[in-house]
Amino acid sequence: MTYFAIRFFKEVFTTPFEWKELLRQCYQMGNRSFLLVGVTGFILGLVFTLQSRPTLLEFGAVSWMPSMVSISIVREIGPVIIALICAGRIGSGIGAELGSMKVTEQIDAMEVSGTNPFKYLVVTRILATTLMLPLLIIMGDAVALFGSAIVENLKGEVSYLLYFNKVFDALKFSDIIPATVKSFFFGFAIGLVGCYKGYHSSKGTVGVGEASNAAVVYTSMLIFVIDFIAVFLTDIFFEI
Amino acid sequence: MKKPVLEINELRKSFGENHVLNGFSLQLFEGENLVIMGKSGSGKSVMIKCLVGLMAADSGTIKIKDFDIVSLGQNELDVLRTEIGFLFQGSALYDSMTVRENLEFPLRRNRDKIKTSQTTEALVVEALENVGLAHAIDLMPAELSGGMQRRVALARALILKPKIILYDEPTTGLDPITSKEIIQLMRHIQQTYQTSSLIITHDVDCARVISNRMILLVDGINYAEGTFEELSQSQDPKVKAFFKT
Repeated sequence: MTYFAIRFFKEVFTTPFEWKELLRQCYQMGNRSFLLVGVTGFILGLVFTLQSRPTLLEFGAVSWMPSMVSISIVREIGPVIIALICAGRIGSGIGAELGSMKVTEQIDAMEVSGTNPFKYLVVTRILATTLMLPLLIIMGDAVALFGSAIVENLKGEVSYLLYFNKVFDALKFSDIIPATVKSFFFGFAIGLVGCYKGYHSSKGTVGVGEASNAAVVYTSMLIFVIDFIAVFLTDIFFEI
Repeated sequence: MKKPVLEINELRKSFGENHVLNGFSLQLFEGENLVIMGKSGSGKSVMIKCLVGLMAADSGTIKIKDFDIVSLGQNELDVLRTEIGFLFQGSALYDSMTVRENLEFPLRRNRDKIKTSQTTEALVVEALENVGLAHAIDLMPAELSGGMQRRVALARALILKPKIILYDEPTTGLDPITSKEIIQLMRHIQQTYQTSSLIITHDVDCARVISNRMILLVDGINYAEGTFEELSQSQDPKVKAFFKT
């Protein structure tokens, strides 16, 4: 996997660039994940607010709801949950697609035709996940906050304007920047593991299934490891 | 004497204790159809993959048009590969692309290698017309039958107008009628474009119709060599086994 990652960094800066395929992959991974990420984010915000509300009411701290929800979602829950969802949707898809191409000799056919399959298939997919995941996470966070605002509006009669004023008062750059930076790494991990597992799959259709499964399992673990490192570094640099 | 366009010397390849190729050698001459026959698992596909650099041999030399492929860098190898057409056993069409896109794919980076004023569209249509499938240009591979997929794969192998074509089991998995059509197509291509072909098969009918010369690959070596007529009349039991119907 290390060699695979090194090869990615070597090939990502060398010509020819596969712009068309990169845009296609960005569309496939970004646009086609909108609904899943949107629904997940909406329900996340909704449920999180509904579950937290009775406890905050008990302590007379319900006015802290927008701050608590926004910081929790933007810093931690949003990026991790959406990255895990994308590991399932995108990572397994990449693993299965490349695995299937490998066992049906499509990757060999590409190589024989004088096209570098690593550059065409792997570099474009890793770049697409790295670029698209932060956008999906930002969108998911926004939808989650909207879900939370709906609950507060219906249950606590808090206006949307007041809710979002409180959200933006609570959020600082030290919440947004580290979360955005780590989401690039989540995206990179999803692309890298999915491509690695698919590109090296063997044993026919069984191998394709294994590649797809392993892509999700290893990416999920890697997301938690990256998250731990990110929180550790954020604590050092931003003193959270 | 004709010069070989492709030459393999003492090729060896093992997978652990399984010695697949034990010093296999061959020469393919210009305009020749050379058939390699061998049992399943005898190393035919391994040999052809070593030939185009998809697999690294343990030892031996492989020369294509005087270039030793082992010593070539990636870019040089990619350039050389555009001069070789490869028909894969399972067709290996890109299933996320239409037939048109499959044929355009090899042209993306290598369009200038074909000395022609034809547009990409014209080249694609011509290649499909050669295999009788111009009407299937906008179909997806999944919408084609096995025989049609093989013909599209053949069109894709020909799109860069290569001088050497490698066929890996061209008739495997096809019904007898479609197999005959593919064999006729291979003959037509050889006559039209004066290509040199290396055909890996265990289909005796295919070998009989298409071969100028044959090599029997047994135990990883060239066990016997000659024309179809010579080999089919051999009294050697291992050779005779191939021609039993």
